[in-house]
Amino acid sequence: MSNVEAKPFFDAAREGRLLIKRCLACRELHYYPRAVCPFCASDRTEWVAAQGRGAVYSYSVMRRAEKPYAIAYVTLEEGVTVLTNLVDCDFDRLRIGMPVRVVFKPKGENTVPMFAPA
Amino acid sequence: MSACIMGAYEHPTRKAPDKSVAQLHAEVMKGALADAGLSKQDIDGYFCAGDAPGLGPLSMVDYLGLKVRHVDSTETGGSSYLVHVAHAAEAIAASRCSVALITLAGRPRSEGSSGTQPRAYGSSAPDAPFENPYGPATVNMYGMVAMRHMHEFGTTSEQLAWIKVAASRHAQHNPNAMLRDVVTVQDVLDSPVIADPLHRLDCCVVSDGGGALIVTRPEIARELERPIVRVIGAGEAVKGQSGGKVDLTWSASAWSGAAAFAQAGVKPADIQYASIYDSFTITVLMQLEDLGFCAKGQGGKFVAGGNLISGSGKLPFNTDGGGLCNNHPGNRGGMTKVIEAVRQLRGEAHPAVQVKNCALALANGTGGQLASRHGSATLILERA
Repeated sequence: MSNVEAKPFFDAAREGRLLIKRCLACRELHYYPRAVCPFCASDRTEWVAAQGRGAVYSYSVMRRAEKPYAIAYVTLEEGVTVLTNLVDCDFDRLRIGMPVRVVFKPKGENTVPMFAPA
Repeated sequence: MSACIMGAYEHPTRKAPDKSVAQLHAEVMKGALADAGLSKQDIDGYFCAGDAPGLGPLSMVDYLGLKVRHVDSTETGGSSYLVHVAHAAEAIAASRCSVALITLAGRPRSEGSSGTQPRAYGSSAPDAPFENPYGPATVNMYGMVAMRHMHEFGTTSEQLAWIKVAASRHAQHNPNAMLRDVVTVQDVLDSPVIADPLHRLDCCVVSDGGGALIVTRPEIARELERPIVRVIGAGEAVKGQSGGKVDLTWSASAWSGAAAFAQAGVKPADIQYASIYDSFTITVLMQLEDLGFCAKGQGGKFVAGGNLISGSGKLPFNTDGGGLCNNHPGNRGGMTKVIEAVRQLRGEAHPAVQVKNCALALANGTGGQLASRHGSATLILERA
């Protein structure tokens, strides 16, 4: 991982944990994670483990690809919305609002969080 | 604001395998100068965006052989060129320059670019580690915007298709347009789905080419023999994921449009012609709502039945055929949006699509991707 700011996220993903960020000054959670809070600009931010449950906010299945895949925004129970893929599912039965849970998949040299039907 | 757009030129090519990007920039500069009736020596301000090869204005000013006292390389994707018009007007008002040149050129068609390829803006982008692994192309990201709009407001693929139908009705009159065949709603629905729910005919063309604009101070404009198009309102805005509070139901055009209308002192209902960035049909729908041409969620009903078709609809749009049918040079559609608005205000659009006595027009551009992070820029233009 060449981006040092993102390294703890991918270290945790390799261990099967989905991390998001909380600001210790304004208490807001945010995603994608930054060292400096995007709401109040405090540099007092901490990593917190998300439960890994959420619902599909929107999605789109790329049909024009060697292997079709589903990109999605998933809103976690904690409240932040994350860009991801929907996997281990029937692409024709996806719908907005469907409950999903995190699964971890290898991608290149990393392990990344994706989501499957709960 | 009192600056005037006095030169506008759209490169006629749609495929340029034997030309460099810099060469296309030079050709559109020549075209815009000829249109305005000015010479290269008159230019004292230069504006370009991320499509300019090399070190932006440094490379281009040197290549073009310009001598300028003001440069601006604001990069907001496809909306850059509308921002440049506004910034040129501000620079002219501040006496930083008198004759500003804005150029755009690109050759994605010759280079094999496609909206189905994952789009990476460089691994140093702060979002890259969290997004690139998931294959964010252009089409599937706009697909998510359309999906959410359908979910929230009941918008249908048939309604989106009407936007393409209107563009195709205009493009049939443009001999340079890439796609000149008139299509029906059914044609759009029958074209293959690229990324749900967007069909191939919901997507813009990929074309080589470019365009250029000349913006001058009013004293110079009055000495030229071209109709005067005044910039009377402008707005620019950027919207992203809001730290994880993602909301795909509205775009930054809500901000840029409000600012432009306030500055111009006019309302959406006053606009006689609108150039609306059409990377995809859904892009148009979002901007029409966010600019206030209809209420949020009512875009589908607004466009259905041909309301955007010049001559019969209430809001004629993209009378050159737009990005959906005519041209999307460099994957950046903002430039051609301004050019067609200028043609309309001059009365130089094709007679079959010319809006009668067109005196007030709007041009709107978006850049980047609506679903992740994007810019919007709005211009309100008036025939003097």
